[in-house]
Amino acid sequence: MTSTDLGGRAAPPAAGPGAGQLRRGRGRLGAAGGRGGGGIVPYLFLAPYLLLFGLFVLAPSVYVIWISLHDWDFLLPGKPFVGLQNYLNLFKSGTVTSEPFWQAMTATGKFVLYSVPLLVAVPLAVAVMLNQRFPGRNFFRAAYFAPYVLGVAVVGILWRFLLDPNIGLVNHMLDRIGITTDIPWTTQTPWVWAALVGPTVWWTLGFNAVIYLAGLQDIPRELYEAAKVDGASRWQQFRNVTLPGLRPVLVFVVTITILASANVFGQPYLITQGRPGRETRSAIMLIGQEGLRDFRMGNAAAMSFLLTLALMLISVANFLLFRERKER
Amino acid sequence: MATATTSRPAGSQQTRAPARGTKGPPLAQRAGAYAGLLLLTVLFVSPLVFMVTTSFKTNFEAAQPTWIPKEPTTEGYSFIFNATQTPVLRWFLNSLLAAAGQTLLILLTASMAAYALARMEFVGKRLLTALIIATIFIPPIVLLIPNYVIVAELGWLDSLTAVIVPGAAGAFGVFFLRQFFVSLPTELEEAARLDGANRFQIFYKVILPLSKPALATLALLSFLTNWNDFLWPLYVLFSPERLTLQPGLSTLQSAFATDYATIMVGGVIASVPVLILFVVAQRFIIEGVSRSGLKG
Repeated sequence: MTSTDLGGRAAPPAAGPGAGQLRRGRGRLGAAGGRGGGGIVPYLFLAPYLLLFGLFVLAPSVYVIWISLHDWDFLLPGKPFVGLQNYLNLFKSGTVTSEPFWQAMTATGKFVLYSVPLLVAVPLAVAVMLNQRFPGRNFFRAAYFAPYVLGVAVVGILWRFLLDPNIGLVNHMLDRIGITTDIPWTTQTPWVWAALVGPTVWWTLGFNAVIYLAGLQDIPRELYEAAKVDGASRWQQFRNVTLPGLRPVLVFVVTITILASANVFGQPYLITQGRPGRETRSAIMLIGQEGLRDFRMGNAAAMSFLLTLALMLISVANFLLFRERKER
Repeated sequence: MATATTSRPAGSQQTRAPARGTKGPPLAQRAGAYAGLLLLTVLFVSPLVFMVTTSFKTNFEAAQPTWIPKEPTTEGYSFIFNATQTPVLRWFLNSLLAAAGQTLLILLTASMAAYALARMEFVGKRLLTALIIATIFIPPIVLLIPNYVIVAELGWLDSLTAVIVPGAAGAFGVFFLRQFFVSLPTELEEAARLDGANRFQIFYKVILPLSKPALATLALLSFLTNWNDFLWPLYVLFSPERLTLQPGLSTLQSAFATDYATIMVGGVIASVPVLILFVVAQRFIIEGVSRSGLKG
């Protein structure tokens, strides 16, 4: 009944989502590499990728810090070094950047807070339903997953239309069931948050559900049989068999969902355009505007570095939590 | 790999259904479950249907909640195909070129690198492997500003190169394929080596053919990711004829405001290729995603 059932069990080599992935397969690494290795050959194989990796992953990871230490206006020749000033400005109230930055961080935090519980719980319910054997199961799975293959821009323009306060389908439908006031989905709080969270659930529910499903299929059937013999109700089975068996997957899903929600951009960019005022302008929207529209890249680099730090802290915290619980 | 069969309801091994007791669930309960599933299906599919039907309406009728256009028209399509400021067909072509180009680049570079990491010994291997895998956890947003500057320095701004090359540097493909290569049996390689094949021949003639399912999954996921990318192309492309579809949709939205029929034409064109891919290769995509949630 412990969660170790999941990680250790006979999952096929490349299967199984989540944290278990990284550990698997390390033992055999290089089994065939004893001979024929060495020399220049490995580097020839690596060279094309390493060129890309160095130029567009490693270099920019350092470069971003360098940029953030300068008053870096993309369009001006002079880019004076300012030390930590860009960062200090973000933490000092009354500066040009601090107010928008914290507003955007707050908006991002709110979106995480409103969307993550739904994105964790609803797909789990759907996955548990789909984990039973019945005709048409794959059809339903495909139907729920389908929106996920669309780009966020399609999701954005489509829901901007469906949620249009005057002529959108959603208000039309509400009108039909007697709610005749036009709800200002795209322009006023608290409706704007529903207009961001709802489409996001529609878009990514299938993704999380599919990950849960993979985890559910790794829970041994005997555990359910045993629970049934003991007279456990379906809720008790869920509570005492499914949830513990699913815990590593659950932690994984919570982590990637928090990260995905904290990176929200397309939905507020297209559906609410940050309205009302800047209430729904997310951190990435601000970074894009500041750095790539207004070209104040020093500020934007500092902002993106802080946001990244926050995101990595969240992942590490989740990971530690998971590790500690699992070992005990 | 064995995962390819996990979604098949065949075989008793698959029956994990807690409800499958000696009697099975009562009929009423089963009917209720189906009703719930169907309702959810309607909820998930109807927005897409509405997008398609709206694209065949006039902009005037798009303001009405009719599910079937009263006077179906393709004028939205013919209008937008000929608009000079919003050349949607051109965007479609650009998207296709970018997604195909990046997919090929990823397959080529990632498979070679993954093979070296999986099967060869060289100085710094462990460090390099750790470094590459570690970057999977770097939030991409931190690379946005510096990569823009780098791409500008290279003279790639406002060109398809900018949406093809930098995105191919992600560690996911290498990680994914290395994982797969490590799981392959070594006997065939040994045999080929005894026959005098060199590393390149082994890679090309033994490893790659054995890895077709993994390569296909990676190709699909790469294509979808690039096709759907919004943030990066939104900022690095700006001329109307250079855009790809996703940033193009944003342009449509600002250009046509509430002419929703016109905007939905763009949405349909951006969705149809990936929906077709999904229908054709559903199993690969769903299992690729569930196996490697990292992609999200």
